[in-house]
Amino acid sequence: MNDLSTFVGPKIEWLAISPLLTLLAGALVLLLVGSLTSHWPYRLYAITAGMTSAVAIGFSIYLWRDVTTNGPRLLIDGALALDQFALLSSIAVIVAVLLVSFITSDYLSREGSDLPEIYALYLTSAIGALVMIAANDLIVLFLGLETLSLSLYLLAASNRKQTSSQEAGLKYFILGGFSSAFFLYGVALTYGVTGTTRLISLDLALNAYIAVPRNDAILLIGIGMILVGFAFKVSLVPFQMWTPDVYQGAPTPTTGFMASVGKIAAIVALVRVFVVAFPSRSDDWGTVVLVLSALTLVVGSVVAIVQTNIKRMLAYSSISHAGFILVGLEAASHRDSVNVGDGLIAVVVYVVLYAALVVGTFGVVTVVARDSSADATSLDSFKGLAKNQPLLGLVMTVFLLAQAGMPLTSGFVAKFAVIQSAVAVGSYQLAVIAMVCAVIAAFVYLRIMVSMWLADSPSPEKVVVPALSRMAIGVALAITLVIGLLPSLILDITSNLTQLATK
Amino acid sequence: MIAASTESLSFPILSALVVLPLVGAIVVSLLGKSRAEWMKLAAMTSSVTTAAFSLWLLAEFKSGEAGFQFVSQHLWISQWGISWHLGVDGISLFLVVLTGILFPLVIVGIDPHHNETSYFAWMLLLQAGVMGSFLALDLFLFFVMFEIVLVPMYFLIGGWGYDQRVYAATKFFLYTMTGSAFMLVGIIATVSLARRDLGIVTFDLIKIAEGANFSTNAARWLFVSFAIAFAVKVPLFPFHTWLPDAHTQAPTGGSVILAGVLLKMGTYGFLRFGIYLFPEAAMWAQPALFTLAVIGIIYGAIAATMQRDLKRLVAYSSVAHLGFIVLGAFALSSQAVTGAVMQMVNHGVSTGALFLLVGMIYERRHTREIAELRGIQHVAPIFAGVFTVVMLSSIGLPGLNGFVGEFLILIGSFEAARWWTVVATVGVVLAALYLLWAYQRVFHGEPDEANASFKEISAKEGMLMAVFVAIIVFTGVYPKPMLERIEPSVNSFIEHVESKTK
Repeated sequence: MNDLSTFVGPKIEWLAISPLLTLLAGALVLLLVGSLTSHWPYRLYAITAGMTSAVAIGFSIYLWRDVTTNGPRLLIDGALALDQFALLSSIAVIVAVLLVSFITSDYLSREGSDLPEIYALYLTSAIGALVMIAANDLIVLFLGLETLSLSLYLLAASNRKQTSSQEAGLKYFILGGFSSAFFLYGVALTYGVTGTTRLISLDLALNAYIAVPRNDAILLIGIGMILVGFAFKVSLVPFQMWTPDVYQGAPTPTTGFMASVGKIAAIVALVRVFVVAFPSRSDDWGTVVLVLSALTLVVGSVVAIVQTNIKRMLAYSSISHAGFILVGLEAASHRDSVNVGDGLIAVVVYVVLYAALVVGTFGVVTVVARDSSADATSLDSFKGLAKNQPLLGLVMTVFLLAQAGMPLTSGFVAKFAVIQSAVAVGSYQLAVIAMVCAVIAAFVYLRIMVSMWLADSPSPEKVVVPALSRMAIGVALAITLVIGLLPSLILDITSNLTQLATK
Repeated sequence: MIAASTESLSFPILSALVVLPLVGAIVVSLLGKSRAEWMKLAAMTSSVTTAAFSLWLLAEFKSGEAGFQFVSQHLWISQWGISWHLGVDGISLFLVVLTGILFPLVIVGIDPHHNETSYFAWMLLLQAGVMGSFLALDLFLFFVMFEIVLVPMYFLIGGWGYDQRVYAATKFFLYTMTGSAFMLVGIIATVSLARRDLGIVTFDLIKIAEGANFSTNAARWLFVSFAIAFAVKVPLFPFHTWLPDAHTQAPTGGSVILAGVLLKMGTYGFLRFGIYLFPEAAMWAQPALFTLAVIGIIYGAIAATMQRDLKRLVAYSSVAHLGFIVLGAFALSSQAVTGAVMQMVNHGVSTGALFLLVGMIYERRHTREIAELRGIQHVAPIFAGVFTVVMLSSIGLPGLNGFVGEFLILIGSFEAARWWTVVATVGVVLAALYLLWAYQRVFHGEPDEANASFKEISAKEGMLMAVFVAIIVFTGVYPKPMLERIEPSVNSFIEHVESKTK
């Protein structure tokens, strides 16, 4: 039966995976050509990465149109899904890659080490992220997860001059390895029960399985382990321990990259797996998600208050944001409600808007921190920023207010969508917990704002904002404000998001 | 109540009232330090024009009509049924006018001393937010405005306040935001439950209030979620602790605005949203709110008596006065609610003026300690005279504005809340006690060396105060034009409540 002579490869729609191929090509060019030639002038590494991303975005938009007219479908014999849910998240990932590359270029030039590897790693992690986002098979998902994670480990350790960066990389690697093991073990157990790793077949198998009264223990342990694996990547409490250390130790643009790209990929994949493969067990995992979400919100926002380093603050704030996003997943677990789709949309709206927000925020932090030492990102380095440079201060204030969920910013739209989805299915308690935690988290952003606006700067020296960073931060700001004023723009796009590819 | 009245101006005056200060804020921040004179001119122009528009609104407002006037509605976020929906009726009219008048007085009359550009920009942004809150007829829009107000106020207290300003500003921000957190969940739940009755997703206040039938239990929960936000904003005892700090630490302009209009967003919110959307639940909550209101009246008065800081005294007197307004609003009789609406405006005028006067004292003496001040009426008799008028209005002396509102509230509440009203009346006496006693200590006696050089009121200050005194006396002597415009809306509001609670 397994005779290779009768093996027929699956049909591959090359165009449908063109964003992946583009990113791969870009990564190869950077690595191969970059290592064979002498140092490229004029920020050409970043511009190459940016061009690659732009082309990939172009292909994704083309595919978006294709899906809008022809409907969602599965690719490569059911391994990947092509639907709006995946495409929108992919576009957000690639935009984040583009913006972060620009910020990184300025950062590396300042550090005197502008080399092609970093950009190649950005592109390969984006490939991993795109695979995860579209994966319709647990094994394919695992491949994506590892591609993303391995690149991120390297990126976290990429500042060879700082021991804290090395430490961050190692810590991330070891704990990330654990989480991958958990994930894989969960996949194995689930496979043992159902005999498949395809998400859609899993659902069919489990629905058939439910008719026969049997012990669910192995299956539930399997699902639980998959959830734990994801929980590490998304940094949900109590699996968040690595986050503050890694976020603090990694080079600042990389932190922004992890907080945007890493988070989008892990959360979107998590949502697809649980909504597509395990809806029949949503009563079980819904409760777990509820508890995880509440814990994550409370711990993330409360612990953030006592931090004194801005990257650690933002790390905890990103944990609390993850809790917020899970509120949407919890809403999507209420299968008997007619509004169950709202949760799915809310999650994507949240991650997409949060990605832009967090890239912008870390962009400003990168610019303000004068060097890569830990002191440079202490809260003190923000003292008097807004007094010296009102414009930069104002931009950062907008980002912080958006993170706090103030109206007229994209942060409010994101929070509103999530809370709306929770309330629509009747999860009032979680909605209230989330909003109260948003207030606690707001205190953290207020502390940063107090430093910027109300404290005096120790040095009158102004911060230089290089052109590429300026552009990247500007784009992030524009997204934050435009979506904040006209949420219809993103709501229009996401209205058909709930149609996931099934065949 | 209240189908929107059809006749209105062709000019979108309400949108202009919100947008003008916003444009002013942008222009001011663009002009910046480099052109300070132009910047000041822009700030004044936009606030004075807004005031002119609000007076025009007052002139064009048809008295005797109950419905919303000058309604303007534009779709904003179609997917969620949210629109830019503004309207004004008798309940909101005078608050809008007060907002329109108070801001230019503060902007023109009070010197921020440093960082003028950002001060004026935040002030104008604040005005846009407050205007929007009083005009919004869409739950989402109201929430946006209600919440956005925090940001400029936070910066005004934090940037231009006194020693403890950062603490006070942060406390103010977090307290109010906690309240709104509950309200946001409440608003979304309201919309999602109303969808079953209305068949569409809409945040439109009127559609929901007229068309939705919430179950008793749901309505009570929803009411509570709104009530928390408004109770913090008012502030009702025991949510009031942010107020004395915020008031004491805020710059004079901030205090005037805070007392004058910001607190009214809470009491106005109770009327416009809490009671209007959930009449039955409001009736159910009556005893609790009466009790909190009366505790506020007595506690605020006693605490005010104890204060050594003049500004803190006025701040606590606000707690007491707003207790009266809440008592009247929840008594749900025509007289009491009319009185409450009137008292919102009166309190804004008289307490705003008191804060201005305390600010002037601080400018001259660099202290607000009552013990440090003495005999001022000997060296500054006109200043003392103005202070007397404003103080008597705050006490509620017949013939001045404070009396009309308080009297209506007490008469109107007697039926619904007899014993609470009896206790509240004691608060009127206490108000006389703490203010007169403070007056006696500050103005009577022989001035010592430090107070002997206390400067008399200047021409600019005099003109500023003249506006307040004129409003105080006019409303006190001839309240009819005001009552004529408030009453029809209040009556139809009461009818709505009665029809829903039968």
